[in-house]
Amino acid sequence: MYNLDKDIDKMPKKSPLSLQIDLQKFEKATEEEKRQQDVMSESVSFFRDGMRKLRKNPLAMGSIVVLILIVAMIFIVPHVVPYEYSQIITVNGKRDKTATNMGPFQYSEKEQAYIDEGGKIFPHIMGTDELGRDYFVRVIYGTRVSLTIGVFAALIVLLIGVLYGSISGYFGGKVDLVMMRIVDIIYSLPDMLMVVLLSVVLKEVLSVESIPALKNIGTNMLSMFIVFGLLYWTGMARLVRGQILTIKQNEYILAAKVSGAKSSRIIRKHILPNCISVIFISAALQIPSAIFTESFLSFIGLGVQAPMPSLGSLANAARAGLSAYAYKLIFPSIMICLITLSFNLLGDGLRDAFDPKLRR
Amino acid sequence: MAKYVGKRVLLAIVTLFIICGITFFAMNAIPGGPFDGEKAVSPEVKAAMEKRYNLDKPVPEQFVIYMTNMLQGDFGISLKTGRDIKTTIFESFKVSAKLGGMAILVALALGLVFGSIAALTRNKLPDRLIIFFSTLFTSLPNFVLATLLLLAFCIKLKWVPVWDPNHPNYILPVIALSAYPMAYITRLTKTSMLDVMGQDYVRTARAKGVARLKVIFKHTLRNALIPVVTYVGPMTAYILTGSLVVEKIFTIGGLGSKFVESITNRDYTLIMGTTIFLAVLMVTMNLLTDIVYKAVDPRIKLD
Repeated sequence: MYNLDKDIDKMPKKSPLSLQIDLQKFEKATEEEKRQQDVMSESVSFFRDGMRKLRKNPLAMGSIVVLILIVAMIFIVPHVVPYEYSQIITVNGKRDKTATNMGPFQYSEKEQAYIDEGGKIFPHIMGTDELGRDYFVRVIYGTRVSLTIGVFAALIVLLIGVLYGSISGYFGGKVDLVMMRIVDIIYSLPDMLMVVLLSVVLKEVLSVESIPALKNIGTNMLSMFIVFGLLYWTGMARLVRGQILTIKQNEYILAAKVSGAKSSRIIRKHILPNCISVIFISAALQIPSAIFTESFLSFIGLGVQAPMPSLGSLANAARAGLSAYAYKLIFPSIMICLITLSFNLLGDGLRDAFDPKLRR
Repeated sequence: MAKYVGKRVLLAIVTLFIICGITFFAMNAIPGGPFDGEKAVSPEVKAAMEKRYNLDKPVPEQFVIYMTNMLQGDFGISLKTGRDIKTTIFESFKVSAKLGGMAILVALALGLVFGSIAALTRNKLPDRLIIFFSTLFTSLPNFVLATLLLLAFCIKLKWVPVWDPNHPNYILPVIALSAYPMAYITRLTKTSMLDVMGQDYVRTARAKGVARLKVIFKHTLRNALIPVVTYVGPMTAYILTGSLVVEKIFTIGGLGSKFVESITNRDYTLIMGTTIFLAVLMVTMNLLTDIVYKAVDPRIKLD
């Protein structure tokens, strides 16, 4: 073996009998030619490439901005606005009975009198409800409740679905067969109907008063989580199992095995990057559907417990005085639409950017 | 094919049995019996009543009795009104079936038309508009849409009269129910049309000079319809559950509002009967959808 770097100027003479290529026939590369071989752009990782694609998608970026704004509002508004979601408005320490059903930025007579005397009252940005509670704070709390339910439901689905699906996909054979038949049956149950039924029952059966940690959540919300955990993970389990099965059969996995890669490396480098994005995207898309379900349940009276508001129960309560106080319907409706629309658009954008199969 | 149908029917029956089981045992898990009302009943009367309704027997036996009665078409009587549940369900379902049927037809017809237009004008203005609106409609819960429609057209503009059982006006409830499935079908049709339009046989048909409309209807749309067929089952389920809130909002006395009413009244026998009835409808529709899907798509191998 010749060290080409060192001995490049004194090319060895080719023995006339050798079949080797005569190195002296080669020309040395010029500096310019060498520079052409340099890597001009740095290598792009999978994540970076996806983010770059995502950044070019105005709809997805707009959704991110909207979602960040909503989350920021949820955290900031309760500290800025001096009202509680269950607090009936009091003026100067006295309950104000006239401050019900006010329009946005209106003040009641008592409040007006108090302001005229030089007192300060925080404006009711969205007016007040029929019991005289500040509606803006209620909408913000409702958003918080709805979003929390959405995120937790998605996490439950992610956890159960990934565990179940990967066990089924990993073991295969009879275990897989039995586990997937169970999924088939749960999948073919009419989900909304079962949600309604289970919510009715769990609401009556569960007693959370005994467990202090669960007391704050309330029976209805707890039963909602149980229902999500019982029914909605099947789609995720199927997805995970399918992903693992198809990826396991690819030639590059075989190639990696043949070239002696350890299974930890195969899982880390080949299986995970190919399915984790799909799994996360479908988990993200669970959030709006959970918010849909929650608002539907709240609407038919099976949602979160009063006085805690959720967007669905606010919209339901707004039907009572619909003709006179339409704004009470409009505000929570806009909030639900903004959240679900943003999550849907973001999910679509993420799928376009990160799904390896959709890449071109 | 027969084997496939047999397998699917079997799965459907197992599913229905499980649903009945869940419904029955869940309802039984609720504390308190039907005779624990405000008025105290003497123990003898209570025992007689419980004997009359077979409530003195163990729960599994009650389940067998309930199932046998149900298979003979007897759903029992409502706890609150004392009326026969079967008649209540069938009478209120007449209204709901009409409403739901119209919503399904509207969603299918408009969804297919809009989806085809979007696919044929890809990346042009009509496509963009259609996709924008279908994204919007898929993000709008049906109860919000229904209440907004009621507010705008019934209360503010007074274009449509409020629901009257004698002179029913189905426009607004049908729009509210069909908006989401329509938007979904639109998107489904568009992707499936685009998929088919890229196929070789469509290019061949165009190259040999087949008229444009004939290519669209005979070669493209017919094949693009197949994925849409699969959505009919889930759509029925969506519309049936959607009718719960939409009927409540428009004060239509259909099965949906009866169901919600029974939930608020804690009328457990009615909840049980309605749940099982709706579940049978949904599972049957899913079964039919699956069978039709396999029948119309020659590419799918039957096993």
